[in-house]
Amino acid sequence: MTDCLGKTRVFAAALFLAAATFLASPVGAEVAIQPVTSSKGITAWLVEDYSVPIVTIRFSFQGGHTQDPPGKEGLSELMSGLFDEGAGDLDSDAFQTQLDEGGAEMRFGADRDTVYGWMRTLADTKDEAFDLLRLAVEQPRFDAAPIDRIRAQIVAGIVASERDPDTAAQRRWQVALYGDHPYARPEVGTEASLAAITADDLRAYHKAVFARDTLKVAVVGAIDAETLKRKLDDLFGNLPETSNLRPVETVAPKLSQEVRFDYDLPQTSLQLAYPGVPRSDPEFFAAHLMNHILGGGTFTSRLFDEVREKRGLAYSVTSYLVTNKYSSGLVVSTATRSDRAGETLDVIRDVVHKMAEDGPTEAELAAAKKYVIGAYAMNNLDTSGAIATTLLQLQEENLGIDYMQKRVAQIDAVTIEQVRAAARRLLNAEPAVLVVGPPATPEPKG
Amino acid sequence: MKLNTNTRRVLRGVVLALVLAAGPAFADAGKKPAGEEISHFLLGNGMEVVVIPDHRAPIVTHMVWYKVGSADEPPGKSGIAHFFEHLMFKGTEKHKAGEFGAKIAEIGGSENAFTSDDFTAYFQTVSPDALGTMMDYEADRMRNLILTDAVIGPERDVVLEERRSRIETSPDALLAEEIDATLYQNHPYRIPVIGWMHEMEKLNRADAVAFYDRYYAPNNAILVVAGDVDANTVRTLAEATYGKVARGPDLPPRLRPQEPEQNTARTVTLSDPRVTTPSFSKSWLAPSYNTAEPGEGEALDLLSEILGGGVRSRIYQALVVKAGIASTAGAYYDGTKLDTGSFVVYGAPRGDAKLEEVQAAIDAEIAAVVKDGVTEEELEAAKNRFLRSMIFAQDSQSSMANIYGTALATGGTVDDILGWPDRIRKVTSADLVKAAAKYLRSSGSVTGYLLPAEPVQN
Repeated sequence: MTDCLGKTRVFAAALFLAAATFLASPVGAEVAIQPVTSSKGITAWLVEDYSVPIVTIRFSFQGGHTQDPPGKEGLSELMSGLFDEGAGDLDSDAFQTQLDEGGAEMRFGADRDTVYGWMRTLADTKDEAFDLLRLAVEQPRFDAAPIDRIRAQIVAGIVASERDPDTAAQRRWQVALYGDHPYARPEVGTEASLAAITADDLRAYHKAVFARDTLKVAVVGAIDAETLKRKLDDLFGNLPETSNLRPVETVAPKLSQEVRFDYDLPQTSLQLAYPGVPRSDPEFFAAHLMNHILGGGTFTSRLFDEVREKRGLAYSVTSYLVTNKYSSGLVVSTATRSDRAGETLDVIRDVVHKMAEDGPTEAELAAAKKYVIGAYAMNNLDTSGAIATTLLQLQEENLGIDYMQKRVAQIDAVTIEQVRAAARRLLNAEPAVLVVGPPATPEPKG
Repeated sequence: MKLNTNTRRVLRGVVLALVLAAGPAFADAGKKPAGEEISHFLLGNGMEVVVIPDHRAPIVTHMVWYKVGSADEPPGKSGIAHFFEHLMFKGTEKHKAGEFGAKIAEIGGSENAFTSDDFTAYFQTVSPDALGTMMDYEADRMRNLILTDAVIGPERDVVLEERRSRIETSPDALLAEEIDATLYQNHPYRIPVIGWMHEMEKLNRADAVAFYDRYYAPNNAILVVAGDVDANTVRTLAEATYGKVARGPDLPPRLRPQEPEQNTARTVTLSDPRVTTPSFSKSWLAPSYNTAEPGEGEALDLLSEILGGGVRSRIYQALVVKAGIASTAGAYYDGTKLDTGSFVVYGAPRGDAKLEEVQAAIDAEIAAVVKDGVTEEELEAAKNRFLRSMIFAQDSQSSMANIYGTALATGGTVDDILGWPDRIRKVTSADLVKAAAKYLRSSGSVTGYLLPAEPVQN
């Protein structure tokens, strides 16, 4: 099942955003985030904690798939696969062996809007691990053999899903929504675009994107601020001051259209895309609370009640906000028996229509506020990795280091009129609808 | 994306292997920094309790594991264990349907449940002050569900859709089902956890009630609480809630039909128009930690790690990195089963390479281990990865809760988990050779092929 409006970091609060500190209470949250700035001016947010002897670091640069040059789609994906395949004086084998012996795990990745890295290491071998991370960040080798191998693996993945209806439908859906915007392009590229990528392209991308002006860093675990300062200079101090990014326009997804992908499957999957709100929008929390009531809760939402609980039409039905850097949306997603797909679509439209007309009840809003406030710490305090992810995202979205202290009051302040307005603003639009399944209304299947 | 709702997570294969690797990891959990040890005790009615303190955050994970899974279902009733898991979210005499969920949501908590061959578990993650409330609701639904045809009908439709979502729409999942049905010739592990469609369609209220009455009782359940609590608090709260539930009839030992000796190489093939690149897997029965001779489970775990556990493994290095004939290749061991587990190798060709080359190269890597063993360096590196995984795993209270719940529901003990690192340290190359020679015989295996349709359709 896929996630739509493409691949994303979706919905803010409840699932992804969130944070708090080790000392936070789920509601009030006194957060012990230390802003740490090195002598070369590199800033990280640190949560210091020694209860488990490990250190986790996450960092990102603005960039991602949108920075792949036209015709070289997949470049940022390919690059992400190459950081642990040789750096500095170490070739792929030597690098990986040292990393393993050093007791660390390292991963890089790209999404629509960023390139990011992650490492966790045992505290007592952190010096070795940070040295390797520095090499990877600063001096990736981009040797021919690993390039060819990782490229071949990505191509193998593309070929393997060539005849998969969901993959093909998602491609069509992205193009329908985003037109000629970079978000419409295949993020892993195509056989042809990958074949066009050279080591020089990788070096150029690395130089343009791995720069200090868009760098964000989050660190959690057994490390103190002074030590971290030195590590920050080691890791990032030699990177260029400024990035060199190609401009990207904001894009409103094209709604009011139906995209069909006919294929004889035992289920029909449905996605409906509505307008969204950017994370920076003052009405973000109003929209977020509205979405939670509509289809955001696990077992408690209007869509869950109507589609699954009352009618047994689907196993999963959900709605979520998409907040990419250059686009936003609200998506409803489900999969249902093909012979009842029309009925399911009608039920969803009806639930959406009612929400747009009347908004939620006072009781629903009160419950949603409680959930959204309480779940923030709950969903993000459970591991160092989750905390690091949260601290990074707060920085990427410019929410401020005191965000957690302000958040509860911001949510509490949302009025039912604001939520009704958000419902009207988002849900009165005629959505884009994706239907993947058998063409006509077929015979019921066992 | 969250495909969660009364999720059944079939903890199998790779996932299970990972859970295990990370799990017994917790060995060192007994000496957590806070100095608080894991507690393990029984309530008067026979309910087992494990408390895993972790005070880093004001969060607690509350789980109840029932020692019943799909392998305990009556013949012809496949899917009842998982279907019943869904029904546990319906109302009781005291609390109408949805009330528990609303209560959890109101405090920002999360909840779910999952079913495997050997166990069924329900969990909530909440703030510690809500722990007593969670226990109250969980204890209530252990015995007091109201099961009417009105709730059974729509929920059966939901699990049928779940089967379509997870299995029917996925060639990989369909093939995996058939491989299990072929690998296990007599044991109920041959039957999918979610059930066969034709039997699921007929599950009814009487089946659900019979299943509930037989298996849902405190003396067949394990309470696992991990997080910001202490053992005394848990004991007090548990006695006031679960402790009030009457002990059920003693359940007989979980004796399922066992596998006969297997001496044939079987093949299962699925061709599907959605498939472009062929791939294969080869599976063997292998003892689980619970059924193995001492040390054998640990040897199989390390064998799978060295053969095909990641990018530093023999299979990956030989096939993907050096020869360049595979896009993916590896191995895993599923040892967290009450009865016989399995060992699997898999791969898919890349570029012009043929599937047969990939298979032959993997066979050669197995043969090389049987002939020459593994090096001390390889063994040391693999052990260190396992031992490290347990330290990393301490970072997640829900991982810890899952590790203990899984082990205790599949025949293990707290001491087994605590002693796992020491047993891992003792494994030798000779142990791996012995395990490989004994269990990875082609004359007793199932090879599964996922192939493009013929003729190719577009």
